[in-house]
Amino acid sequence: MNGLSPSVLAAGQLIVYLVLLLALAWPLGGYIARVFDGRIRFGAALEARIYRLCGIDPAQEMGWKRYALAVLLFNALGFAAVFALQLLQGALPFNPEGFGAMTWDSALNTAVSFVTNTNWQGYSGESTMSYLTQMLALAVQNFFSAATGLAVVMALIRGLARHSAQTIGNFWVDLGRGTAYVLLPVSFVVALLLAGGGVIQNLDGYKTVPLAEPVTFSQPKVDAAGQPVLGADGKPAMEEATTREQRLPMGPVASQEAIKMAGTNGGGFFNANSAHPYENPTPFTNLVEMLAIFLIPAALCFSFGQMVGDRRQGWTVLATMTLLFVIAVVAVTAAESQTPGYLTAQGATAVGNLEGKEVRFGINATSLFVAITTGASCGAVNAMHDSLTPLGGLVPMLLMQLGEVVFGGVGTGLYSMLVFAILAVFLAGLMVGRTPEYLGKKIESWEMKMISVAILITPFLVLAGTAAAVMTEAGRAGILNPGAHGFSEVLYALVSAANNNGSAFAGLSANTPFWNLLTAVAMAFGRFGVILPVLAVAGSLAAKKRIREGAGTLPTHGTLFVVLLGATVLIVGALTYLPSLALGPIVEHLILFPAH
Amino acid sequence: MNSPTLTPAAGAAQTSAPRETAGLWRPALSLFVLLSALTGLAYPLAVTGIAAVAFPYQAHGSLIAAKDGKAVGSALIGQPFSSPRYFWGRPSATAPQPDNALASGGSNLGPTNPAQVEAVAARVAALKAADPGNNAPIPQDLVTASGSGLDPHISPEAALYQAARVARVRGLGQSEVEALIERHTEGRTWGLLGEPRVNVLQLNLALDALHR
Repeated sequence: MNGLSPSVLAAGQLIVYLVLLLALAWPLGGYIARVFDGRIRFGAALEARIYRLCGIDPAQEMGWKRYALAVLLFNALGFAAVFALQLLQGALPFNPEGFGAMTWDSALNTAVSFVTNTNWQGYSGESTMSYLTQMLALAVQNFFSAATGLAVVMALIRGLARHSAQTIGNFWVDLGRGTAYVLLPVSFVVALLLAGGGVIQNLDGYKTVPLAEPVTFSQPKVDAAGQPVLGADGKPAMEEATTREQRLPMGPVASQEAIKMAGTNGGGFFNANSAHPYENPTPFTNLVEMLAIFLIPAALCFSFGQMVGDRRQGWTVLATMTLLFVIAVVAVTAAESQTPGYLTAQGATAVGNLEGKEVRFGINATSLFVAITTGASCGAVNAMHDSLTPLGGLVPMLLMQLGEVVFGGVGTGLYSMLVFAILAVFLAGLMVGRTPEYLGKKIESWEMKMISVAILITPFLVLAGTAAAVMTEAGRAGILNPGAHGFSEVLYALVSAANNNGSAFAGLSANTPFWNLLTAVAMAFGRFGVILPVLAVAGSLAAKKRIREGAGTLPTHGTLFVVLLGATVLIVGALTYLPSLALGPIVEHLILFPAH
Repeated sequence: MNSPTLTPAAGAAQTSAPRETAGLWRPALSLFVLLSALTGLAYPLAVTGIAAVAFPYQAHGSLIAAKDGKAVGSALIGQPFSSPRYFWGRPSATAPQPDNALASGGSNLGPTNPAQVEAVAARVAALKAADPGNNAPIPQDLVTASGSGLDPHISPEAALYQAARVARVRGLGQSEVEALIERHTEGRTWGLLGEPRVNVLQLNLALDALHR
């Protein structure tokens, strides 16, 4: 033990994290810019052969509509493949536990979930998914959905960097390079770090070990056909059982964990996700995973600055993200350091709120992870968010509601933040009565229409979806916790799905046809309802002439713009969501910690 | 809403939908297959191969081997203990039995849920019943469920809280038990990350070994 206070340790952890993140993201950002400019040539010969094989002319660029069509087509293929593999896994190899087909609604939900980079999980991986499904369906989409995000942000950056151009890049080239030159090498390094740190990686069957002390428990009684037996009171009858063994799930976890983090996907190999000791066994692997989540999103800020020929632009976006991030980390840590009264009243120590957390992570490493996973569109969890304190749960909800622009997902974080940057110059333009411009491009009515669609679609999905769920029997049936917290479960689910995060207040029983379909709709429209307008803006900006900076041009770098951009993000998010937050976490906070 | 005067780029490629997708199917399908094989088979199998050679112990689950070479558990996966002669671990909310590694997960109970208050009360009562004379504050990790339901650790405070009970039931000296806890305590990584902790299964296996 050392004598440092928890808050000093939390600050130290945050500083170490940010320093390591910037030190890694800076060189990676330059590398990514070179990859997408076609200046990374080590695989050029192989690349050329693959293009010939696939019928791709890398020199032939696409206009935004064709680019968008390619995105949709490729993602539709991904959806079909994931859906089919889940239904057919029982007849396919790499299935040592002999898992059968998933239900159609669960398979549909999971297919949409992994294609949209959400990785919301209605299923429990260790008891339903074969190794083949995990690798060839889920891990593949972890790569493809992240590569799609990378491609879209590159298209937008080109739209800003080019002028008088009709094209924004070739989707096939962007997809292939993003996957092979960026995501794969990063994942490979992360996977080996995790495997060395204790994350399992094998194709073994599940293992059985003896328990040091046999455990007796009660379980629902089943008849010969496997159906639950009902007691006289109509409830399932329970029976005593004793077990002397523990079954340990196995699998190729480290490789999947790496891309789950580096691709900001977040879908766990196991139900407990990164709280599971086989996915995240030590504070070191926890640090590696947290760095992997923000690594590419942070690096892209540097790529952006480089590609638009003004590094200050990248630094400004990065500074805004970092500022919002630090505020969020401090808020979650402070909230989770509070001990709910029911614990101290029963004689437990006042060391914060440990329900749903792992001892090896404690308050600090959990709180940092909470802010990272929801600032990004990752959604991996190293603790159960449903058991956070009310305000500790409000912050991740708000981070997602802001549109996941606090670093955000791979590609999605930066393009969503650039959408807000354009909105910010538009608002500033309204205030001083000048035509807004961003990076030398006039922002006109078509751009603002598309920006409005991109910003408003997720709040619409969240609020309409939440209303539909709380007004219907099928929606309310999933709720675990009573009162305001139950409302938070529903709100969190829709916020997470529509923003493609994938974390959950997991008490919600969401593996029902109602919830599977509702969240699938939110995920699909929340993803492609943003990508399409962003590509439209990219195409339109690429075609514009670059205008010279004048005396009346608002500089989009520096402290003033950091404040303007941060305020725009916060005000749009707060105006949209404060009423719903008041009904959930804020009411619950007032109940849990009543003012005296 | 797509008015041509505002969108010079938008009007550039106005062709019918079938012709639009015509040149896209082949790249889409062939890239899909190629990249799936690369990321979904080659990549995980390569990592599996390297991990099997470089980190065989970790890759296969950090299994604790007994003297006869048989696995007696995993150093990473908690086991349930309820006898007073063993140290107890984190409460586990997995079903149907605690520490069920086939159904990882937490209780998901919120802090204002009466069920959570009752669950904590039951755990407090069980600890008190096993050690009636112990009036020290109860380390919170002993009465709150872990996130995974498989947490292999407790805090050093939680181990020390139980030391007197375990020593008494086993007829050991309390200082002997406390020394054992000390030996099984792991500090923060770099003095900064995570929390100090004791591996409950390994501590209990060491206790059993003392008797033999």
